[in-house]
This record gives sequence, C-alpha cells and structure tokens, in this order.
Amino acid sequence: MLLINCPHCGPRAQAEFGFERPVETILPVDASTATMVERLYTRTNARGVSAELWRHSHGCRAWLRIDRHVVTHEILCVALWVALWQAPQ
Amino acid sequence: MSGYRLASGGLVDRTRPVAFTFDGVSYSGFAGDTLASALLASGVSIFGRSFKYHRPRGVLSAGVEEPNALVTAGQGGRAEPNTRATDLFLTPGLVATSQNRWPSLGFDLGAVTALIAPFIPAGFYYKTFFGGPKLWRFFEHFIRRAAGLGPAPRLADPDSYQHRAAFCDVLVVGAGPAGLAAADAAAGAGKRVILCEQDAIVGGALLRDAAEIAGLPGRDWAAAVCARVIAAGGRVLLRTTATGYHDHDLLTLGEKCAEPGEDAPSLSAQRLWRVRASRVVLAPGLVERPLVCPGNDVPGVMLSGAVRTYVQRFGVAPGRRAVVAGCSDDADRTAAALRAAGVEVVATIDYRRGETLDTVKGGNRVSTVIASVGGMTRSFACDTVAMSAGFTPSVQLHMQAGGTLAWHDGCAAFVPATSRQAQVTAGAAAGIEGLAAILASGWAAGGGDVADAPQTRAERHCCHGFAPPPRGARTTAFVDFQNDVTSRDLDLAWREGYRSVEHMKRYTTLGMATDQGKTSNIAGLLQLSRNEGRPAPDIGLTTFRPPFTPVTLGVLAGEDGGLHMAPRRVLRLKAQHDRHHPLWQPLGYWHRPRAYPRDGETLHSAAMREARTVRSNVGLSDVSTLAKFDVQGPDAGAFLELVCATGIAKLAVGRGRYTFMLREDGMVMDDGTVWRLGDARYLLTSSTGGAARMEAHLAYVRGVLAPHMRVAIVEVQEHWAAFAIAGPNARSLVETLACVSAPKHMGCLAVVVAGVECWLLAASYSGERAFELYVPGDVVVPVWEAAEALLHAAGGALYGLEALELLRIEKGHIVIGAEATGRTTPHDLGLGKMLRVSGGYCGAAGLARPMLQAVDRQALVGLEADGEIPEGAMLVRAAGEAPMGHVTSVGSRVLGQGGVALALLAGGPARTGEQWLATSPTRGITVPVRVTAPLFHDPEGTRYRD
Ligand SMILES: [Zn+2]
Repeated sequence: MLLINCPHCGPRAQAEFGFERPVETILPVDASTATMVERLYTRTNARGVSAELWRHSHGCRAWLRIDRHVVTHEILCVALWVALWQAPQ
Repeated sequence: MSGYRLASGGLVDRTRPVAFTFDGVSYSGFAGDTLASALLASGVSIFGRSFKYHRPRGVLSAGVEEPNALVTAGQGGRAEPNTRATDLFLTPGLVATSQNRWPSLGFDLGAVTALIAPFIPAGFYYKTFFGGPKLWRFFEHFIRRAAGLGPAPRLADPDSYQHRAAFCDVLVVGAGPAGLAAADAAAGAGKRVILCEQDAIVGGALLRDAAEIAGLPGRDWAAAVCARVIAAGGRVLLRTTATGYHDHDLLTLGEKCAEPGEDAPSLSAQRLWRVRASRVVLAPGLVERPLVCPGNDVPGVMLSGAVRTYVQRFGVAPGRRAVVAGCSDDADRTAAALRAAGVEVVATIDYRRGETLDTVKGGNRVSTVIASVGGMTRSFACDTVAMSAGFTPSVQLHMQAGGTLAWHDGCAAFVPATSRQAQVTAGAAAGIEGLAAILASGWAAGGGDVADAPQTRAERHCCHGFAPPPRGARTTAFVDFQNDVTSRDLDLAWREGYRSVEHMKRYTTLGMATDQGKTSNIAGLLQLSRNEGRPAPDIGLTTFRPPFTPVTLGVLAGEDGGLHMAPRRVLRLKAQHDRHHPLWQPLGYWHRPRAYPRDGETLHSAAMREARTVRSNVGLSDVSTLAKFDVQGPDAGAFLELVCATGIAKLAVGRGRYTFMLREDGMVMDDGTVWRLGDARYLLTSSTGGAARMEAHLAYVRGVLAPHMRVAIVEVQEHWAAFAIAGPNARSLVETLACVSAPKHMGCLAVVVAGVECWLLAASYSGERAFELYVPGDVVVPVWEAAEALLHAAGGALYGLEALELLRIEKGHIVIGAEATGRTTPHDLGLGKMLRVSGGYCGAAGLARPMLQAVDRQALVGLEADGEIPEGAMLVRAAGEAPMGHVTSVGSRVLGQGGVALALLAGGPARTGEQWLATSPTRGITVPVRVTAPLFHDPEGTRYRD
C-alpha cells in the first residue's frame, strides 16, 4: 500500500485515497468526439512515470496530481490539482 | 523402530504435561512441544497421506516449510485445516486430525492410486482438460475422491480477529542471532523497533545449537536483547509471521494470539498487523533442502537440521538407528547430536567425498538405505534418515519488496542482491555463514558499528554445500512432497518442451502447494538447469507473492464480519414504518419498506392493493434514501449545465424538471430531478444506489474540470428526509397538511408543516398527481405523523418499493441498473428529445459517435401479455432464434388485467405492434408478448398536469 504525502494532510495510507485516472485522459466538457475517442480509448500505458489524478476521498477530499512510477511505485511528486489548474486544452 | 522422548534435554517443560488427541487417540506431550515433536516422542511415524498418490508421509521438517505433516487442528467452528504439525504448539485438550486419508491413516484405500501413478504423469490435469470433456468425466470421480486437503469447517468461527496498524523506525523480521543483533543495535541507538518472530520463543538457530554470545548462554543473551528492545519502547511479537512485504515498506504481520484449534475463547484469536517501517531488516534464515532419491518420502526420512532440532530443542529422538546423509559440516553436527543422545548412527554419507544416498526402502517406516560409499554400493538397516542437500536462503520477502537476487555458489542458491525499498537482509539468509559473521551482519543491518557487534567464541562451521540432482528415471524420488512432484515428472516436462521455469511450475505444479515450494524450488531449478545445460542463475526463479505462509481468512476479514461486514443505514422513520410491519428490502446499505402486507396478504397482493390505492385515492411513501445535492453559488446553474444533459439555465425560481447525467462515453449514468429553490440555489436529486458515484462525479467536474466556477456542492442525502404523497386525493391532503395552495406540476414551494420548515415539490413518479415533501431529517417525525394521520383519515395507504415499481413501470420511467444498463444512451431510452441542443454537457462528445446513432440499437419498448411476463427473459422472434433483446422490468396492470414489462429490443419503438416471444430457457418459460410504447397508463399525463 502506497504512502501518499497529501499537501494538506501529510503522509497517509493509500486506502484513504481514490485513483481517478491518468492526467492524459482528462477530457474537457467541450472536447470534440475525436479528442474523446483518443483520450479515453487510445491509452499509452507506458512503463515509467505516470502523471495521475487522485482524490484524498477519505481525508481532505482534495484533488491531487501524483506522479508515480508504475513499476517501482515511487512517487515523485504530489500536488494540489487546483494549484496547477489551467483551463484544459 | 520409532521415535521416543529422551531422558533429559531440550527446552520443553517436563513439569507441565499437555494431553491431546490425534485421530482420536490420546497422547501426552510437554509444554513447549509442537504437535510434531510430541507425536514423534509418542512413537507416531505417519502424519498424513500424500496429495496425489496417498503415500504414507511422516514429518520432514521442524518448521513452517513442512510439506507433509498437515493436520486439521481443533474441531467445530474452530477447526483449522492444513495446519503444519511443526508450526502448532500443543495446547491442553488439542484435537488434531490427519487429512487426505480414507478410511484411516494406517490403511488407506486411496493408496491404490500409487499403483497407477505412472498414469498420472506431469501435466496430467493439463492433458486431461485439453483432452476434451469425456476424458475429464472419466477421471473426475476418481480424482475428486483422491484429491484435496483438509475440509473447511462447516460451523461459524466463534473467535474474533483484529486488525492493527503500527509504524516503527526499524522492523526486524526473525529473532535468530542476526535479527536479535539488529534489533539490539537499533534499540541501542534510540530507534523504535518491532521485532517479529514466527516461533513461540526467540533465538532461532540458538534453540537448536547452543552458543555463547556476549559472554552469556545464547538464550540468555536473546532474552536480554528482547528486554532492551522493550525497555527502549519497542515491541517483540512472538508467533508473528511477516506474511507480506508491500509497497512503500508496508508489511503485513500475522500474529497467532491463540494456537490453531486451541479450544479457549480469547479476546482475539489472531491479529493482522499492518506495519509501516522506515527500515526493514530481514533475517529469516535458511530452509534445508531434501536429497532427491527414490523413497526419500518414506516416514522416518527427515531433514538433517530438523532431526537435530527434535533432539536438542524438544528432547526427542526420531528413531533408534539413523543414517545421516549430507553435504556440509551441518550434517556432521547432526550425527554428533544423535550420537550424544544415544541414537546409533549406522552410517554417514558425505556428498563432499562423492558418496551418495541412492535409495530409501520401507513402507510405513524406513527399513533400509542403499548408498554408494567408498566406491561401493552398500546397504544399511536403519529406521531414520537425516538428509541434507544444502540450504536455501529465505528470499521471499526480499523479492516481494522488489529486490533482485544473485547466485551464491556456496549455497547453490540465490541470495538477495539489490533492494528497491528500505529492506536489508542480514544473517544466514544473506549467504553469510558462521555465528560471529552472522551476528556482525545483523548488528550492522540494525545500524550498529561492526566493531561493537556481539562477540561469540562459537567455532565456525560451514553449512554451505549442495548435492546435485540424481540422474535416471525415478518414480518415487520426490522433489515437491506436498504436490507429489517427482524428479521423473520434471524430466518428462522438460522433454515435452516446458523449458522455462514458469512453464515447468505450471505444468508439473512444482511449488504450487500451500508450502509454496520452500523445500523444493531450488531442487527443481537445479534439475532444469542440468537438463537445459544452462547455469541455474540464467534460468531464474518463479515470482514470490504474499503470503509467506498461509493466512487464515478470519484474520484477513478481521472485525469486518457479521453485522460489521457492511454498514447498515437506517431510515429516520424506521420506528414509524415498523408499526405497520413492513417487509424490508435491502437497497445498497439501506433497508427500505418493500410492502406493508395486511392480514393474509402476500407480497404481490399487498403491493397491488397499495398501488391501486395510489391510482384511486392517495398513498404515502418514504423516499428519503434518494441522493440529494444542494448546489449554490452564482455559477450554480452553469455548473449544473456541465453535469446535466438537459436544459437547466432557463429554469425559473420555484420550478423543477426531470434530468439525467451522462458518462463521458455518452451512456446514461443516472437520472433525477433538479429544482431551483432560489436565484443561486438548486436542489439536485438522483438515484439511491448511485449516490456515491454521483458525489464523486460532481466533485470531479467541480474540482478538476471547473475549479474556476463560483459554486459549492453539499451532499445532503441524509440531511433531508423525504416522502411522496401521490394519488387523485394527494392535492387536498397536501393542502390540508401545509395550509397552502399546492404548487402546480413541477413547481416547488417552501412550506411549514407541524412547525417545521419544509420544501414541497410537485413531482410525479407514479403517474398520479403527486408531491414530495423534503423535511430536515432530525425533525421529520411530527411531519410524517401529521401526514399519516391525514392519510388514514382519507382511507389512503402507505406504499413500499414494490408498489412504486408497479406504478413506475406502467409509466415507463427508467431505473438505473435495469433500463439504464451502462450500455444505453438517452436515444436508446427515449430521452433524446430532452437533450440540450446547445451541447456543452459531460458526455456530449461521446454521445456524438456515429455508431451510437444506428437505428438497430437496442432501445426501450413496452411489452404486454395476457399473463405474467418472465423477469429477465430474452426476446426472440421465434423459438430457437438468436435473442435480440431482453426484459428489463416486469409488472402487472394496476387497475386492469395482464402483464406489462419494459424491455430493451433491437430496433426499439419501430417494432411497436409486433409479436415476440419472451423466453427464459433456464426456467423453461416462454410467453408470447406484444411490443408497445413504454407507457401503459394515462399517455397524455392528464392525471397530474395542470
Ligand atoms: Zn488530504
């Protein structure tokens, strides 16, 4: 079980968090159908660092961006989504 | 010709006899005995029957690696099958039972399978299953009789189990010399230490081979270390096995607070610890490997180190005339220990001198050994064989933690190389030999300066060495004792092309039993290596996965059993419902009234009466479990337009409408209503079962896609209790109740009832004039009771979920999960006209995909029949044809006769008027049905519109 360092709450067990999706699959509401198909169905699933959207659902409920190595599970950074936010392209 | 208790010696407490039974026979051992040592001391040789061939088996080892001596410990609900007799300490009154034998251990009819052993070769199951069903049916009866471990208990487990979480600076796994030294060094440096040991006492190898450490007898030194660890604020957990090494240095430890099968109630029979450690010292030691030769499984053949353990730790001689066969100094120690205990050592067979153990003969006990000694083949009469083909470092936890291995020539086995997490392996498991070096490695692993490591004067003895696998066809030369895999099976698999270690494992089942190949994996690898002509390190090992030793289901469940399995959410009005003795129905975590049967009514007749009362008079129903969200802020309307696929912005204050939400792929996710309570305040309702999903979806859209919006969303499912009042007389009841002029259809109004401020919403799910009253949950009772009094005065009825179903099916209202299956779009469900033309809602892009516009998609229709329509039936045009749809919900006409249903059917509404068959082959029912519009009652909505 991962140990995730929430910027609000400090290091907490993975059981408190929910994985939402890889950041690359976030789809703006006004996306085109072609973009939708590409982001939702054409996944790279690359071996290496994955930028992911998580939520501290059983904690502060913040949305987090977590950069995680999918082989070693090393967590390279945890950041509040709202702090990184810019209107999705 | 069998084992006996030595006159003195060992760590058992001879002043405390412990009585127990094995297969109904009474025995006595001593406190400190394992079941295995006590039975050996009582002269028992046969502990069980082997898995495939039903060969008699004794005890092979003295530890958790035991593949043979599996028993069922305890009885009734406390029975624990497949418990290793070597890992089970005697408790008073223990009832142990052997397994896999019929009718008795000494005389087993299944043993005749040994005669056909040549017909159950490697890959037998694989070949049988691929050979087609006839072959399997031929073997099935015979295999089911023969195979299997102990039966699972049929009674509920009376014990309770716990989960505990902990963290520490240093977690030390294994309290042998290396682990103790590591814990001592860490505790001395002020670290918080957890030391766990699967045995009942600390000491590890010191329990077998006494040695002086730091000027103290080894066991006294071990006790002093534990005292120092505890004094420094650490913990020492005995009977605690580190079963798993998970991500980010989280380890799971299984603690036995009671012995398996112990017949004594305890606060907690077992605990599952989840320990997060900054540093993990793995000191699990070694597992000895058996020699592979014909007859190496005959009772009386044991691992060399195990023989010495029984003599020196338990004071038990396993036999009277022993042959010792090994490949290192360690076997010499065993021979010396046996001689010191008065056991005759008939011969020592030393692989370092080129001597080999060739065959062990005997039926229920060893009788003769054939060996090549001094260039000659010789025969020795004996009743015990102590054997060793070398030692395997226990690298399981290191591997679970993502470490890598390196081949160690001395051990002829793998030792830990690099680590990925905070683990370090110390002691014998790291390939280190000699007590002084082992202590130093532990001390260093615990963070100590090697110069300060505990000193010992114990002489260095070399346990490294290995015996190569034998050659030739050997039907009874066992490699994996628990799964009955022989060296012949491994050769056969190789000849048949299974040349990767992973394939060999799956084809032969080597290492796949509950012992996970602790004694057999390296032997299998060495044989594959020789067959392949490639060095063993090039071939590698199969993956190690948790748990290290079997874990009971009880401890995994912990406290989360029985009523604690899942939370139960209780309606605010439960006591008010209970007065009318409803049938309760689980709905997610909730329980809701299904119907309120009166004298003699069945569920169906009660539901029909309730539904008719709604259609003809007035009914009252508790709908509090609906998901509800209070959405406020200047951007609340704009936000809801992102989530809802229908128009929201034009909704006037005091008005509401039906709405639905889509997933990103365009499928209907949920539906409900949205009400504009104020200029910048909306109430959104959605389905009970989808409440958590809808909360997550709203939070996602709010927090991830639209963090800039000025809107706040509060989930208010339990804040608002809610009830529906429906029927032709609903308006007069509501007006009397709230002293207002009731709002028009889809209007909403703040009202005061019984002194409580409520929201009155005019919405109809039943198809009749209907209202919903939203009342703060903590003060709902007087409001409900006022409504109920008016209801009874009007001759109305409470109605439950079953009546609600009948009513909504007649109106063609969809239910999430039944009609909205996750594969249905708004078009499929007849909701296409409600979609917001301007788009801009979640799911619009997915819904626009061309394939979702096809006219032959399955779409919502109604079905009618003269009688009942079978639930879940497939829709076919004629008997035997491929199904083109299915029945999603079935009901009956509330006021008329005949069955009605909703269904998804390819082609959808274009098929209105056609005749189809609703068929359920599993129930043998086929009913002719007519396709209709999905609306059976008041198509124009005259009964509730204004
Ligand atoms: Zn947090």
